[in-house]
Amino acid sequence: MADNVTRETVLKTDHLCIQFGGLKAVNDVNLEIKQGELYGLIGPNGAGKTTVFNILTGVYKPTSGRVYLCGEDITGKTPIEVNKKGIARTFQNIRLFGNLTVLENVMVGLANQIPCSVFESVFRLPRHKKSEREAKERAMELLRVFGLAEFADYLASNLPYGKQRKLEIARAMATAPKLLLLDEPAAGMNPNETQELMDDITFIRERFGITILLIEHDMRLVSGICEKLTVLNFGTELAVGDTAEVLNDAEVIKAYIGE
Amino acid sequence: MNKIKNIKWKNYINYIVIGLLTVVFAALSMFGGLKTSTAYLLEEIAIKIILAVSLSLVVGFLGELSLGHAGFMCVGAYLGGKVAALLVAPLGNGFLTLIISLLVGGACAGLCGFLIGLPALRLRGDYLAITTLAFGEIVRTIFQNTSAETFGGPIGLPTPRFEAKYFYVICFATVLITLFVVQNLIRSKHGRAIKAIRDNEIAARATGINITGYKLLGFVLSAVFAGIAGVLYSYTKFNVSSQIFDYNYSIEILVIVVLGGMGNINGSMIAAVLVTFLNRYLANVLTGNLAVLKDLIYALVLIVIVIYNNAPKLKSFREKYNIKALTDKLKRKKATEADGKEEV
Repeated sequence: MADNVTRETVLKTDHLCIQFGGLKAVNDVNLEIKQGELYGLIGPNGAGKTTVFNILTGVYKPTSGRVYLCGEDITGKTPIEVNKKGIARTFQNIRLFGNLTVLENVMVGLANQIPCSVFESVFRLPRHKKSEREAKERAMELLRVFGLAEFADYLASNLPYGKQRKLEIARAMATAPKLLLLDEPAAGMNPNETQELMDDITFIRERFGITILLIEHDMRLVSGICEKLTVLNFGTELAVGDTAEVLNDAEVIKAYIGE
Repeated sequence: MNKIKNIKWKNYINYIVIGLLTVVFAALSMFGGLKTSTAYLLEEIAIKIILAVSLSLVVGFLGELSLGHAGFMCVGAYLGGKVAALLVAPLGNGFLTLIISLLVGGACAGLCGFLIGLPALRLRGDYLAITTLAFGEIVRTIFQNTSAETFGGPIGLPTPRFEAKYFYVICFATVLITLFVVQNLIRSKHGRAIKAIRDNEIAARATGINITGYKLLGFVLSAVFAGIAGVLYSYTKFNVSSQIFDYNYSIEILVIVVLGGMGNINGSMIAAVLVTFLNRYLANVLTGNLAVLKDLIYALVLIVIVIYNNAPKLKSFREKYNIKALTDKLKRKKATEADGKEEV
């Protein structure tokens, strides 16, 4: 792409390593993701993809190497701080707030953007009502974008699987991230649901102008929407580059399906 | 899929019921229709409700297990009671003394909650249960071993009983305040955050929710109200003895919360009333050495409820015979009857 040079780098990792005892789970990973890109992180089982996500979101501290978000060093920050800085994520196994309604799930995501102190809430001061109304409106707007508006008052745990995945993305988007991390969004979906998900991902990227990094095993989804890929194998980078190039790389094919 | 309906008046029903009951009882006692023993029972019920609602905040909404609620109550009862005893001479045994001792008792219990919660709530797992269990026993033992001049030691702390015979009205007013604070907190963005932490802590953290902050908030608030309940308790007695704030008392409050349904404030309130009556009944029936059986009965109740709520084989039974299913059935019946009439 021609405007590649001018686009700002959203996420950059610099020689990222993490070691669990004698195991180097992630070894020298250098990601560079530009504003608005749809970037894929792929690799066989146990390659360290989710571990990379966990480092990026502050769940693990890297043994060495640094993480930069929009030029700012966020290495070693807690998950809460990382979220406030602008990285939101979904999980491989869906993690919703099951006993809250669909609307409330998204409203929890909005909590840090609409300030209201505990005192104001308990004594029902004007700002409580205002912030509740605003949160509700913004949450409904997000639910409409994701086609979940009609389920607003259902318990999150009662939604069908595909919709739960969408709700998780909606909740992540509610925290107004600069970078969205999706951990195997198509896991457990049938081809129709996967197609719908691909449309949704490209749609939200355009609608919110957001940068997306996703982990995926479904090659149809990866080749369908990702612009660039990094392939991990045993924690190290096997290949980096444009999707079509990487998927035809002999090393990558070898790692995935053997010789 | 069940839609969750949010009906406005339902949010206020417990205030209304408590308010009405208070007015009715106050009217009764004004015309001499209320026995003193009934007034005592009402005080006891109100205190149990405050304890149950506050513990429900930790166990039901925060999803943490606290086994030392009686310990916080003990702190409130002793420190609030002591303040009251000291203030009676200069300020008289009136509202001013009561309010100051309530504030002191609540604040001291809250401070204890903060000091315990700060390390315990940062850890994942059952650390809070272990720490609170220890706290309850330690506090009780400390007060038991104080000198006679400070907190009375083994003979107990003499406290002023409130002079008015309408003390249960004050107790119920405190119940209303407790409900106001706890329910408003739960039905706000902070309450949503607390419930989110209960449902999935990892996701809550990734959503930017201040986990430790909210856990501490819930736990400290719960301790404050337990302390306030303790002060009220000290006011209903002439003498506060540390023996009653033992492990079994904490468990009794926990039984109330579990019996009322986790995270169900109205349920906890009803259970508090039932358990207080059960207590009275058992105290009359189980005399002498049999008194120890009381705790056994609570244990049995707890086991039966846990089995009933969780056993997979009882699932169809639960779904068929819960209150909501029965009312739905009734509605459907009425609807079909109405349809039938129209057709005729």
